[in-house]
Amino acid sequence: MHEWALAEAVIATVIEESRKEGLQEVTKIKLKIGELQQMETEIFEFAVTEIAKVQGASLLTNMKVEMDRERAVFRCRVCRNEWGFGETTGMSEEETEAIHFAPEVAHAYIRCPSCKSPDFEVLQGRGVTIESIKGTG
Amino acid sequence: MDPRSNIIDKRLAGIKRVIAVSGGKGGIGKSLTASVLALTLSRLGFRVGLLDLDLSAPSTHVILGIEGLYPKEEKGIVPPEICGIEFMSIVYFTGDNPSPLRGIDISNAMLELLAVTRWGSLDFLIVDTPPGIGDATMDVIRWMKRAEFLVMTTSSKVALETVKKVIKMLTELNVPIIGIIENMKMEESRLVKEALKDVPILGEVGFDEKIEDSIGDVNKLLESDFAVKMKEIVSNSSILKLQLK
Repeated sequence: MHEWALAEAVIATVIEESRKEGLQEVTKIKLKIGELQQMETEIFEFAVTEIAKVQGASLLTNMKVEMDRERAVFRCRVCRNEWGFGETTGMSEEETEAIHFAPEVAHAYIRCPSCKSPDFEVLQGRGVTIESIKGTG
Repeated sequence: MDPRSNIIDKRLAGIKRVIAVSGGKGGIGKSLTASVLALTLSRLGFRVGLLDLDLSAPSTHVILGIEGLYPKEEKGIVPPEICGIEFMSIVYFTGDNPSPLRGIDISNAMLELLAVTRWGSLDFLIVDTPPGIGDATMDVIRWMKRAEFLVMTTSSKVALETVKKVIKMLTELNVPIIGIIENMKMEESRLVKEALKDVPILGEVGFDEKIEDSIGDVNKLLESDFAVKMKEIVSNSSILKLQLK
């Protein structure tokens, strides 16, 4: 369960940021889940909640977790074409799993549909980011 | 906010020493040294990991003859053990395909590997880095805060000119340098000693004409002149010293 490792990173960050901000209790965190990483959001949410129970003590007891999915969009550095991960076809199960583990591996398997270049940037929807941490001081 | 960097210290907490093998130029034996160093330490009875951070041109798997392995997914990624070494490389995910990564991609891929790889309890983690002071090296310094650098060079003026810059950068950033190993030495010369006066020279390794025959075969590799000399250097240096935790 690769999701578990990233959930640990989320909780470690929430705890650290809460300490910096002097929060006594975190009430809600908002996460953005990029499409490219192909996270199992149910597993990820379960992992975040479970780790919060173990590591968060009173700080995270009542924390709600909100997750928004973000579509992955690429832009070719050569011809400036933009396209979505969902429009990518022809990848094997092994290749999509490899991208799940390390999204940058997309450069090994995805080509610009217009000019076939592997030189593209991921404009949005790469992986997990924390959008906001709300709580009381 | 990207949460991944906050978990790296925890991921590396069970490792006593992190040694990054670095150098100014390509082709001077960094990957071979990293691989042989990992093997040597393992054969000496230490628990060792090897992390290949040359993301666009990984090669330690070729040197060690690693094929057909894939990491286990267990609350992260658990590196498989081969030849007594826990081995992690992006090659598990890219296979034979080129991975043309630019700066931000290299940083992101490194961050991902560091955040999700669950190393066991190790005495040493050896890190193979690409040449120079590019993204991977700067990210090793940024994220692997306990990393110490083992710097490779040859006596070539071209290699020396660039390795001086690597050492200058590491020194400016107060990054520990274990020392320098001069590789591919073909004739007696004081060029390296004179050019790199302020850093300990751990040893010299002669040009091993037969090393290519050992690539991909761990037993042959350990019997090579290169590995025998490397073991001697390691045994006589501070590399073996483990800090008490």
